[in-house]
Amino acid sequence: MDLTLTPEEEAFRDEVRAFLDENLPQDANRADPGFVAEWQRKLRAKRWVGFSWPAEVGGGGGSIMQQAILKEEMARRKAPPLGSCFMGLTWVGPAIIAYGSEEQKQRFIPDILDGAYQWCTGYSEPDHGSDLGALQCKAVREGDEYVVNGQKIWTSIAMWSKWIILLVRTSQHADDKHQGITCLLVPMDTPGITVRPIKNMAGGAMFAEVFFDDVRVPVELRLGAEGEGWKVTITALAHERSGIAEVESLTRNLEALKRLAQKTTRGGRPASEDPGVRARIARFETRIQAMRMNGLRYLTKQLRGEPLGSETSVSKLLRAQLEVEMGDFAVEIQGAAGPLVEGAEAAADGGRWQKMALSWPEVVIGGGTPNIQKNIIAERILGLPKD
Amino acid sequence: MDFGFTEEQELLRSEVRKYLDAKCPLEQVRAISEAEGGAGFSPELWKEIAELGWLGLCVPEVHGGAGLGQVDLVVLLEETGRSLFPSPLLATSLAVAALREAGSEEQQARWLPSLADGTAIGSPALQEDADPPTPERVSLVGTPDGDGFVLRGEKRFVPDAGAATLFVVPFRAGSELALAVVERDAAGVSLEAWPGMDLTKRLGRLVLDGVRVGPDAVLAERGDAVFERIVDRATAGLTAEIVGAADGAVVLTAEYAKDRIQFGSPIGRYQGVKHPLAEMYVDVESSKSLLYYAAWALDESPAEAPRYVSMAKAYASEAFARIGIDAVQLHGAVGYTWEFDAHLYLKRSKWARPMYGDSDFHYERVAALGGL
Ligand SMILES: Cc1cc2nc3c(=O)[nH]c(=O)nc-3n(C[C@H](O)[C@H](O)[C@H](O)COP(=O)(O)OP(=O)(O)OC[C@H]3O[C@@H](n4cnc5c(N)ncnc54)[C@H](O)[C@@H]3O)c2cc1C
Repeated sequence: MDLTLTPEEEAFRDEVRAFLDENLPQDANRADPGFVAEWQRKLRAKRWVGFSWPAEVGGGGGSIMQQAILKEEMARRKAPPLGSCFMGLTWVGPAIIAYGSEEQKQRFIPDILDGAYQWCTGYSEPDHGSDLGALQCKAVREGDEYVVNGQKIWTSIAMWSKWIILLVRTSQHADDKHQGITCLLVPMDTPGITVRPIKNMAGGAMFAEVFFDDVRVPVELRLGAEGEGWKVTITALAHERSGIAEVESLTRNLEALKRLAQKTTRGGRPASEDPGVRARIARFETRIQAMRMNGLRYLTKQLRGEPLGSETSVSKLLRAQLEVEMGDFAVEIQGAAGPLVEGAEAAADGGRWQKMALSWPEVVIGGGTPNIQKNIIAERILGLPKD
Repeated sequence: MDFGFTEEQELLRSEVRKYLDAKCPLEQVRAISEAEGGAGFSPELWKEIAELGWLGLCVPEVHGGAGLGQVDLVVLLEETGRSLFPSPLLATSLAVAALREAGSEEQQARWLPSLADGTAIGSPALQEDADPPTPERVSLVGTPDGDGFVLRGEKRFVPDAGAATLFVVPFRAGSELALAVVERDAAGVSLEAWPGMDLTKRLGRLVLDGVRVGPDAVLAERGDAVFERIVDRATAGLTAEIVGAADGAVVLTAEYAKDRIQFGSPIGRYQGVKHPLAEMYVDVESSKSLLYYAAWALDESPAEAPRYVSMAKAYASEAFARIGIDAVQLHGAVGYTWEFDAHLYLKRSKWARPMYGDSDFHYERVAALGGL
């Protein structure tokens, strides 16, 4: 056990820090699209986008340890994201690297790294959410094409995406629903695809329904073998969950929550002096640290050669619980000002907590609900019978 | 960076587990701890574990030990915790830690060899009342007497008071906090063992009725800081036993959930059983991670240690209390029987929760150290 960095790791960290000193001034406007685009171009030039991906496909060929250092340093400085194609970088890319043909890798990976366009994810259907394995969106092979008919829903950023990673059913198996699922990579401008945005409870429209009506997809856009889409999904979901389980935004929120408690008053005294408030914040801090330390232990397992597995459900579950509870607590301690949003004079911190208190479903329901994560932990780790 | 155990540590773990499974399974734990009039441990096993090197794990080699560190100790104590091994091993390890923190080379040479070979049984007598041990709560006064002190007063909640032969006793030396080594057979020492709900863990009272300690028995380092370091090491050691025992309770309950059939199916299929077990597992995972980091920090990054020790103890003892209750509840009525093992963990959790500060105490420390 050695939680310090090796000299090589330290040298890499220093390189990242020097880069940040030079390219990310304190007062940089992180919301300026021009600045972000330039920032991402520079990172791409350093091959730090997809840094742990193999060099043959255009990745940086770095170790997962270096990748972790890179992310941590970037988060510490509140840097803009490494690249702009979130889903591509987090799970579509890793799935293509693991299961894609040479041609697919050459075709898609560089674009994901460049952030040339967005990917979206077509798993969930109206009748098959948690029970994803029972999905019914159908694809029938006709010559060199699949013809897709059916519907997806909750497809995040479908309206802004150029490609979708799509799960379809190519055959029915009464005994094993996971057989017969196939994964296709489909251009969103293919004739027969219709996208209809859905407004969420926070008031925005970030996800959508996607309809497929005789959509023709060339066979060479199949990812992995026919009927083996579930394997691809397991890999992609592990990456998605570990992506959701990132700890940096929680750490930032915790620091802001402490400041909020210091400037919010209770009975004329700072809320941060109230023993109940202190205990709750200390519990959040401890749980966030536990999540961070769990992550380091799991990273060590990976460094020792074990693949990413069901432990991602542990981290995803912790993130989900913290996200809900912290947002709710931050609104609660504001007392009567709690329900006010951006624009109201008395809303604290420009309404950021109210946003958090209304957007948690993204990390709680997206990527599989807490109940499903608990099933995975109980069944795959503790060996309890499937329900 | 490497946040995992070494091959040697994994080997230590598997050897300790093998030994305890063979020599002290739960029937034996019960036989030892339920023995009428017993001191709560087996002298034969004590001799054997001394020979196996467990007692001297963190004693420097020059003083007859293996010279290992806090992380190695965590491995050992997680396993003794998992087995609910009844013995003064934890107390002795903590006395070793206290001597290493505060004792001079000479003092270490005088006491550590006998603690390592098991001829002495150590115990840190850190508390005077039911509050967590902090420097402010040390009020026992040492009256100057020539080149030494006379101690009059009592220490309470002393681990293994009935079995221990050597106590580390904090006292007030003028305005300063000092620590003395007091041996059981010194004039003026009397001891009382208290009955408690966890038969595998013993507490009691150490009465010092005019006990004289010479300058050689007053540990070299004095002050609040060394006391706090000792308490942090004690807390980390205790937390290792908590984490091991909590893990043991989860395994016991998960196995039962696979075997017990109701409504035609193992109860582990029902989410009312499955989900609490998943939550227990997550809590144990998180407790482990906090504990391992705290243990590493105690030896390698001392400035961070207090915060992480408090996080680990706060989280683990709170989780263990819940796990103890759920373990009984998920067994149904057999969980309430003396014969079934679930209650052994519940009782351990009750013993461990207040020791060296409960969650309220440690979360407040986390808040303060975190800038609130
Ligand atoms: C913000 C957001 C973004 C999303 N983005 C995408 C996306 O980009 N692509 C995509 O494909 N999907 C996406 N999803 C969909 C998400 O994956 C599903 O919503 C999720 O898997 C749950 O499915 P469901 O909504 O159909 O709920 P259901 O499966 O109907 O579940 C309803 C409730 O029942 C519980 N439940 C269901 N089955 C069980 C069981 N076996 N045991 C115990 N409890 C159970 C659930 O926990 C839940 O509380 C997104 C969702 C959200 C909220």
